[in-house]
Amino acid sequence: MSQSTRRGFLSLGVASGALLGALRPSSLLAQAQTVARALGRGVSAYGERSRFETTTRLLRDSRHPEASSSRTPLQDLQGTLTPSPLHFERHHAGIPDIDPSSHRLLIHGLVDRPLELSLAELRRLPAESRIHFLECSGNSGALWREASVAAAHTTRGTAQSTHGLTSSGEWEGVPLSVLLNEAGVRPEGTWLVAEGADASRMTRSVPLTKALDDTFVAYGQNGEALRPAQGYPLRLFVPGWEGNISIKWLRRIEVVDRPYMTREETSKYTDLLPDGRARRFTFVMEAKSVITHPSGGQRLTNPGYHQLRGIAWSGRGRVQRVEISTDGGRSWEVAELQGPVLPRAHTRFRLDWTWDGSEVVVQSRCIDETGYTQPTREELIAARGLRSGYHNNAIQSWKVSPDGTVENIYV
Amino acid sequence: MCNVLRWLMSAVLLLGVVAWHDAAAQESATTTYGLGHVVTLEEIRDWGPNISPTGDGLPPGGATAASGRRTYARQCARCHGMTGTEGPDHRLAGGKGGLASDAPVKTVGSYWPLATTLWDYVNRAMPFDQPGGLTSDEVYGSVAYVLFLNEIIGEADRMDALSLPQVQMPNRNGFVSDPRPDVHLGARERR
Repeated sequence: MSQSTRRGFLSLGVASGALLGALRPSSLLAQAQTVARALGRGVSAYGERSRFETTTRLLRDSRHPEASSSRTPLQDLQGTLTPSPLHFERHHAGIPDIDPSSHRLLIHGLVDRPLELSLAELRRLPAESRIHFLECSGNSGALWREASVAAAHTTRGTAQSTHGLTSSGEWEGVPLSVLLNEAGVRPEGTWLVAEGADASRMTRSVPLTKALDDTFVAYGQNGEALRPAQGYPLRLFVPGWEGNISIKWLRRIEVVDRPYMTREETSKYTDLLPDGRARRFTFVMEAKSVITHPSGGQRLTNPGYHQLRGIAWSGRGRVQRVEISTDGGRSWEVAELQGPVLPRAHTRFRLDWTWDGSEVVVQSRCIDETGYTQPTREELIAARGLRSGYHNNAIQSWKVSPDGTVENIYV
Repeated sequence: MCNVLRWLMSAVLLLGVVAWHDAAAQESATTTYGLGHVVTLEEIRDWGPNISPTGDGLPPGGATAASGRRTYARQCARCHGMTGTEGPDHRLAGGKGGLASDAPVKTVGSYWPLATTLWDYVNRAMPFDQPGGLTSDEVYGSVAYVLFLNEIIGEADRMDALSLPQVQMPNRNGFVSDPRPDVHLGARERR
C-alpha cells in the first residue's frame, strides 16, 4: 500500500469514525467502557462458551428420559453446522457408556469372511468426512393433526419445538462399501441388519444398495470423536434417510437376504394412511425448510429492515432453490443460498426484508435438485391423512403480529 | 528341436498362468487391508440372534400362554397392565380393525405384521429396565401370552421355533411400500 493511499485510508477511517461518533456518541462510549481493566482468564484445556450464551436443547417431558428426545435450538444457531452438544437426541434405551478399547464391530451373515474389527483397526481403514443433516422421522410430528388439536400444542411453538429434531454435522468414518468388501458379501446378500450396543440393541434393516452407495460407519463428529449421545464410539450414518436407521453405538452388521422386519420398521416409523394401511420403509427425508428468524417465540422490536433467515435441506440431494412468502403464500420470492450447497446437508438461506409493522405470515419452501417442491400442510394431509405422524415436511407458517410477536399458525 | 522349444515355452506359460490363478484365489480369501480378524460361527453365537420373518435365529425351547402368564405378570404387567391395555406404557392388545378410524390404536394385535418381530424385540429389549433379562423360554411364554391377549392364538398353543413364524397376524397384509414423492405442486404454482 503506497504512502498516499494509506494516508487516504486512515483519513477515511477517521472521517467515518467521526461521522459515526456524531450520530451515535453514547454507543461508542459504551464500547470504550467494555475494555477489560484487569487480566482475563488464561488458556484452558477444553473450551467453554461465554457465560452469556445460554441456548440449550429442549427436553421432551417423558416418564422415561432414556427413551425420550431433545431438540436443537435452530433459532439460535449460526451457519449450518450444529455444535455437537446441541445435536438433537432420540434414544430408545438410554446412552450406553462404552469403553472404545473394548468395543468391536462384527460383520457376518452372508459373507465370505465374518470379520471382527476393533475401533483402532476401523480408524486405520481409508477414511472420508462428509457434511450431512440428520433428521428424526418424527420431526414436526406434533403439527400433523387436526389444526385445532395441533394448535393447542403448538401455538407457542418455536423453530426448536416444531423443527428441532434435525441437526447437522461433519462426520468422519469408513465407507460401508470398504467394510463389506473386506468381509466379501455373497451374491444372495441383499439387506443388512444393523444393531446398536445400547440396552435395547436397537436394530434396523438397510438395503444393500444404499449401504454400498453412500452409507458409512462414523467415529468423528465436528472435528472430535462422536458425542456419547450420537453413538460413541461408532455409529452407522445413512445420508438423507430417517434418523433412526443411522444406528448409534453400532456393534454389528449382519448381511441377510431380506429385511428382518424389526420392531422399529414395523410397529414404529411406519406411516398410517386413512384406509388403515401403512407405508413401510419410508426411508428418505424429503425436501424441507424452516424460517428461523423471525420464528415462533421471537419478537421483532421495531419495523424496518430485518433479514429473513432459515435452513433448508433434502434427503434426495442438494437444495436447488428456496422461496419465501411474506403474504401467507400468495407470492414467492427467491432467497439467497449460502454456498457451498452440499447434498443432503442443511443449507442456509437469507432474504432482505423490510417489515412495515403490519400483521404478516412468513413461509419458506424448498425445491431440491430433483425438482421436488416442499408441499403445503393441506397437500400433505390430502395425500396421507392425519394419522401419518412421521415424515412431515410441510411448509411452516409463522405469523408476525403488529406488536412484533411471532407465533406458529396454520394457514 | 523347434517343437521341443515350443513345447517348453507353452509349459512355462501354463505354469505361470496356474501360479497367477492360485495367487488370485488366495487374494480373494483375504481382506484388502489385512485388518480385523475372521471369527468362527461359535464366536458369532455369543453376540445373540437377529430373528428373521421366517424364524431364522429362534432358539430351541418354547412355551404356552398359560405358562407365559406368570412371566408376563412378573415382568411385563407393571408397564403394560395385566390385559395389555391399562398402560402406563405402550398398549399391547386391542384396537383390532380400527386402523382406518379417527382414533386408531396401534397394538401387537391391531398393527404388528409378524409374531417373529415380537419375539426378537422382547428378547433384545424387554423388560425396559432390565433388557435381555428373560430366558428364551420366558420370551416364548410372554410372547405367547401377548398373542393370546389379542385372541390370535389359544391359551394352550405352544410357541416355539416352528410354530411362532406360522402365526397369522391380523395386520400381516396391512403394509404397502413407499410411493413417495406423493405430493406435487400443480404447474400453476411453479415459477
